Amino acid sequence: MDALDRKLLRDFRRLWAQALAIALVLGCGVAILMTSFGMQTALEETRAAYYERNRFADVFGDARRAPLSLMRDIREIPGVRAAQARVSEHAVLDIPGRMETVTGRLLSLPGEGGGGLNVPVVRSGRLPAPGAADEVAVNEPFARANGLQPGDSFAANLNGRKRSLTLTGTLLSPEFIYTIGPGGMMPDNETFGILWMPRAALAAAFDMEGAFNNVALDLGPHSNERAVIDRLNDLLDPYGGLGAYGRDKQVSHSFVDAEITQLRTTAMILPPVFFGITAFLVGMVLGRIIALERSEIGLLKAIGYSDVEICIHYLMLAGLIAVAGTLIGWTAGTWLSRELAQLYARFFDFPYLIYSVSYTAYAVSGALALLSAAAGATRSALRAARMAPAVAMAPPAPPRFKRTVLDRALAAMRLSQPVMMILRSLMRWPVRSALTTLGLSLAVAVLVASSFFSDALDEILDTAFHQANRQDAMLMFTPDVPETALARVADLPGVLRAEGQQFHAAILRHGHLEKDTPIEARRPGTDLSRIIDGAGRVVTAPPGGLLLSRRLADQLEARPGDVIEVEFMGAHNETHAVRVAGLVTQYFGLGAYMDLGTLNRLLGQAPRITTANLLLDDTKLPALHAELKRTPKLSGLVMIDRMRRAFRDTIRENVTIMTTVYIAIAVMITVGVAYNGARIQLSERARELASLRILGFTRGEVSFILVGESMLIAVLAQPLGWLLGAAISKALAEGSSSDLYAIPLVLEPAGFARASLVVLGAALASALIVRRRLDRLDLVDVMKTRE
Amino acid sequence: MPETVFRTEGVTKVYDTGEVKVTALAGVDLELFAGELAVLLGPSGSGKSTLLNILGGLDHATEGRVWFRDLELTGLGDRGLTRYRRDHVGFVFQFYNLVASLTARENVQLVTDVARDPMTPEAALAEVGLDHRMDHFPAEMSGGEQQRVAIARAIAKRPEVLLCDEPTGALDSQTGIQVLEALKSVNDRLGTTTAVITHNAAIRKMAHRVIRFRDGRIERVEENATRVAPSEISW
Repeated sequence: MDALDRKLLRDFRRLWAQALAIALVLGCGVAILMTSFGMQTALEETRAAYYERNRFADVFGDARRAPLSLMRDIREIPGVRAAQARVSEHAVLDIPGRMETVTGRLLSLPGEGGGGLNVPVVRSGRLPAPGAADEVAVNEPFARANGLQPGDSFAANLNGRKRSLTLTGTLLSPEFIYTIGPGGMMPDNETFGILWMPRAALAAAFDMEGAFNNVALDLGPHSNERAVIDRLNDLLDPYGGLGAYGRDKQVSHSFVDAEITQLRTTAMILPPVFFGITAFLVGMVLGRIIALERSEIGLLKAIGYSDVEICIHYLMLAGLIAVAGTLIGWTAGTWLSRELAQLYARFFDFPYLIYSVSYTAYAVSGALALLSAAAGATRSALRAARMAPAVAMAPPAPPRFKRTVLDRALAAMRLSQPVMMILRSLMRWPVRSALTTLGLSLAVAVLVASSFFSDALDEILDTAFHQANRQDAMLMFTPDVPETALARVADLPGVLRAEGQQFHAAILRHGHLEKDTPIEARRPGTDLSRIIDGAGRVVTAPPGGLLLSRRLADQLEARPGDVIEVEFMGAHNETHAVRVAGLVTQYFGLGAYMDLGTLNRLLGQAPRITTANLLLDDTKLPALHAELKRTPKLSGLVMIDRMRRAFRDTIRENVTIMTTVYIAIAVMITVGVAYNGARIQLSERARELASLRILGFTRGEVSFILVGESMLIAVLAQPLGWLLGAAISKALAEGSSSDLYAIPLVLEPAGFARASLVVLGAALASALIVRRRLDRLDLVDVMKTRE
Repeated sequence: MPETVFRTEGVTKVYDTGEVKVTALAGVDLELFAGELAVLLGPSGSGKSTLLNILGGLDHATEGRVWFRDLELTGLGDRGLTRYRRDHVGFVFQFYNLVASLTARENVQLVTDVARDPMTPEAALAEVGLDHRMDHFPAEMSGGEQQRVAIARAIAKRPEVLLCDEPTGALDSQTGIQVLEALKSVNDRLGTTTAVITHNAAIRKMAHRVIRFRDGRIERVEENATRVAPSEISW
């Protein structure tokens, strides 16, 4: 080993505490980048492979009842490679041992001969025999959640007839990676399942012989999806078409997409912060080392080492820090990825796990770590290389302090000499002071942004579950039922109050823009399900007009007073011009609201509802469920209370994990910046401080200068950190918004306070650790050493 | 007539700090000969260190020309000067300039790693009588020992010239003499042309020639008819 390399290793070992502080910051960036980028590609690739192997369809369409003969026309739509007609229904199930009403979505299995789309993977048992009337296969998570095994039987209310079905096997399908029931907000495998039945048996049970009500299309590589969807709508319209849509609207696909987007946003926003801080810290530490090693650099040059060799020598020191940071990051990232994969395994159902993070993610994060350390080191290393050998041999001239207007002001304030030393030092190195302040403010910002997330989620939860949806349960009917049916619902055991609501599939058009979204209609004054605006006020859809959520209005470029074309899908295939009567700010979905009376008048029908919202007496739940299991026409039941609890638990758990991680990150940034800052100060000031001690200053007085400067910078960093945190929160809120939900920008004073407390605490701890070195300073030794 | 190793013509060096111009050398003409031990004597600020830096290729002259044998140093760029230092010159400094994180042997190895035909670090250290201290770090050695390591480091590449800037400046008389003995022995045994800068007039007695500096110029050059051994010098 060369002597120069040995010097490198010894220097690195001597600097271990500072190097570690930087490596931890860098490690955070590497871990987050590797995890978010790695999991994003893992999810994308896993999903793509699954879709490919199991032929996930590109376009989906629903109708009330279309003849199978229509399939010939559908297959002839330009760009369609394959098409599959299906029967899709909902039913209430009675699972042995489960008190609650369970709902199931029934799908016809592709016929014999194969070649179907959305091909399920058999996980256990077998598929139902094509001719069997009472055999069924279910999605694997549902079977697991309900303890069902192949061979077990359960009852189902199929189109009003109670039937006993035998389970033949469990399946997974690319259509249901994320399985969420109608009206649900997160997967609940105990009370919602997917059931596959042979086409003949299902068609017979729901009067669908020779007909279909759901179609899936596979498109060729260069087809125009929009054109295919338009043509499919035209074909389905006469048969009660409910609007065709692409993968982007398919529930499972869009939820996985939302997660991928979230990972991408994280990968874009957070790691650059860490890499930037690393570059700054490496630059700062290396700058100091090179200042200290002036004479050694001069010596190396005198001996005949070239500028390039010297430059590389110092770059290598940065390289070692990068290597340490990368190793820490890879270790943490591997662990984090595994944790995340386990979390995904709970919500996403893939038949196989390709959750391993690719070598690319390791390579990319490692390369960026090296780059950021090198970026920070380059300036200092070049300065070392450019140092004229003779100048390097002479001691550096003392830093030039000049009297400025500010100094006169300070003098007028009659500050003590130690305070002057602190202030002058900040002004003498304005760039360094500014960057240190920026580094600490980023730590504050990270914390503000993390508390923003949990505050925002609290806000969403409160609005969604305590303001907007106050019902205990929702009953869903397909097809819709007359509003008069509410009276019968109100008579069910334990129902304290029942209110009707209608969801009507529709396409809204404004100019050349269009959006398909259901229109929600309710009576004025309903109390269980309400429309709440961003300020928490209850809003009612005005009679005669449409109330649009702001995001939907933005997408349609519609303002109040504009007239929108509404195409109602389903049984009434009619188009009406409706005025936009108002806008409302909302977090979930792209809501479009109407008054129930107005809607029914528009459609020229007696009032009908698709949903009954219920207020329940908890003590009578068993009786209610027993009764519901016998009710025909009921397609689903959502127990909002149960959902509320599950949602809150999940969010709480995630928020706790996230907050812990972010606090750890912020502490690492703070320690990285503050500790290195204080160490460099100590190294620059050791002689000065030792002189003061010799002059009779006490340890406390001397450490006041050191700790005071660190803490002054930390305090100055707070307001900037709050601003940056608000900006990052805004970027995260905007980056995470999709058609499914928007994240409100909620910034609570407590969040800012906690962020400042953590960062100031960590900064103080770092300064005090360095102070201990000051206490141990050997006065005589320091004075003897040549600067 | 001995071979000329260094020759300078009208060398001037002006330091321009922007506000003031300081003339460190004001036209120096000088020759140094192969195998001689020359002492450059003068008060601080007289320009002797500046000249040594220019001879050693650490600094550029503002005006005038400098030759090392047939090589004109004033015509060389940074790369050329690096090459020149690496191949021909050994340096010894007042403050030793040892790398604190390397042992004595490793400090010498810094040179032997890049030199063309070096001695072994062990041989170089033996040359200055430090073969028993090879694995000690600078902090574990006395000032005199550290300076001897610096000399070992300077001679390890078998340089043609050895340039020493106040080699005893930081040492007391007794340890300083050990260092001077090491320098003399290198000069005698290896024939290395040696230039020693000092403001300590006592040291002049061990030189072949004494070159006196004042205000950036050579005041006069003296030849010692009889040289005194370092052990007989004291200050």
